[in-house]
Amino acid sequence: MLEFLTVQSLNGLVYSMVLFLLALGLSLTFGLLRVVNLAHGAFFLMGAYFGTTVWGLTHSFWAAVVIAPLGAALMGGLLEKLWLQRFYVRDELDQVILTFGFALVFSDLMKVLWGKDIRGFPTPSAFSGAVEIANISFPSYRLLLILVGVALFVITWLAIERTRIGALIRASVADRVMVSGLGFDIRLLFTIVFAFGTGIAGLAGVLGAPIMGIYPGLDFEVLITTLIVVVVGGLGSIAGAFWASLLIGMAETFGKALVPEVASFIIFALMAGVLLIRAWGRDEEEVE
Amino acid sequence: MTAEVITPRRAGSYPIRIGIPFAVVMLLLAIGPLVGLPKFLQSLVVEILTFSLLALSLNVLLGYTGLVSLGHAAFFGVGGYALGIIASRFTPDIAITLPAAIAATVLLAIPVGWLSIRLSGFYFLMITFAFAQMVFVAAFRWKRLTGGSDGLIIPAPTLFGVPVLQGSQQFYFFTLAVFAICCVAMFAVVHSQFGRTLVGIRENTARMRAIGYNVRRYKLAAFLIGAAFSGVAGVLNALFNLFIAPESAHWTQSALVLVMVLIGGAGFFVGPIVGTAIVIALQYWLSSYTEYWGLVLGLLFIVLISGAREGVTGLLVQIYRRSHRATP
Repeated sequence: MLEFLTVQSLNGLVYSMVLFLLALGLSLTFGLLRVVNLAHGAFFLMGAYFGTTVWGLTHSFWAAVVIAPLGAALMGGLLEKLWLQRFYVRDELDQVILTFGFALVFSDLMKVLWGKDIRGFPTPSAFSGAVEIANISFPSYRLLLILVGVALFVITWLAIERTRIGALIRASVADRVMVSGLGFDIRLLFTIVFAFGTGIAGLAGVLGAPIMGIYPGLDFEVLITTLIVVVVGGLGSIAGAFWASLLIGMAETFGKALVPEVASFIIFALMAGVLLIRAWGRDEEEVE
Repeated sequence: MTAEVITPRRAGSYPIRIGIPFAVVMLLLAIGPLVGLPKFLQSLVVEILTFSLLALSLNVLLGYTGLVSLGHAAFFGVGGYALGIIASRFTPDIAITLPAAIAATVLLAIPVGWLSIRLSGFYFLMITFAFAQMVFVAAFRWKRLTGGSDGLIIPAPTLFGVPVLQGSQQFYFFTLAVFAICCVAMFAVVHSQFGRTLVGIRENTARMRAIGYNVRRYKLAAFLIGAAFSGVAGVLNALFNLFIAPESAHWTQSALVLVMVLIGGAGFFVGPIVGTAIVIALQYWLSSYTEYWGLVLGLLFIVLISGAREGVTGLLVQIYRRSHRATP
């Protein structure tokens, strides 16, 4: 019983951290650009596929971990620069539909480029062992993932709260017209933040690949869960995204272990519940 | 999405201007099978009419009330399942199954709508999506009731004990009649005082509230009307295939209906019909490339938002107006 709890909690933590990497980018992008990027899941899968390609060429896990997120960030930056940037003046739902269009296109292009088979991805040799935790041996690679997630949370939080570029981002969230009026290149800032978000999604893809596998359709699977996380945590909030990742990651992991038939039911109900609690007693336009 | 789309201004003759072409098209469709409309075209028309009804019902929410739902197929699915379950367990008599299936759809829509309208914009989209996925999971997992992923085979319908809607011909006329009635009913709804109030809510919710309208009651009414007609479309679809599977309530189905409305043009009453015809024709035309159907849809979305936000109908209206200005 205790063993079951420990193993599931650790698995839940690992899954939560992959979710957090995804939610971090999506939430940051929304906070600053006010765009709900429905192509976010595509960048996750793109990162994973870039990873397999780099691994196939170099047989180095670490090269894949470095290059794949950069590739995803580059693609994200290009998408923002060449296309999305012209649509910021539009209705929020126009952007939802536009990015959904890109999600569909990317999804099929990846099918063309990398095929439809499920692909595996090896764990790096340095982390192929296991660690003893409370008499249970747990793969050390999964522990690494938990550390990466927590580290990125702390680093991003500090970067936003304590650095100059973080201050610029916070200022732009509050009043972007004023910031650009002060002479800052806000367009460049938007591109950088969007690229950072998609890069982190790509990182989540390549890091998550050894435990989740890579297959077409994974992009929409993770997109849906990430959207739930971001909505539960509050769009634009990094700390919210972190705690919501834990809540949803744990709920889904334990749900799948205990009541597999209705596991996905649980997270949708959680999201609906959180939305309704937030909306209760307010006018519908005022729900943040 | 629709905030800037202006509703058709209703000059006094508007219902006549749109009513005559509508009657002509319905009449042409009605005599089609009599003058040898091929069988495959007949079933294509049935499919287009069924999904047009679904798209029109979504547009009551999307185009007129400004609520973008990503869970509309849930009611489409529930209508079909309710019909299937009643027909296979109690009686396939459509005098009972039809009203009961629509009632079941509305019964589900009451709590879902009552809760969902507390949110707007992207959050409304997400909560309708959540409820629809719950319906999908229920259809998928509740094997004893729904047959799970195998779907549910529906016994052939009867009316007062007599088998009806047997040939594809009969079903063609049945669908045409149901479509025409529902179309007229929805047209009447959105062009009534009530419909104009919905447009007012879409344009400026806070102002309508300040004037003294009970905004939520109107939104709920729009939601229930949309769900009811979606249920009718679901019933038609179930009767046509005599089979229903969980996919009919899946979010991809909801997204597809959304595409149909947006491609046709949410700001026009006939927009959803135009969009549905385009999407279904594309599906037939590209049926050998269905693997990359997502690519086609995605490109359509991108082109739509980038170039033609009022949909194909909007483009046609623009071209029409321009040509009329050129030749006074």
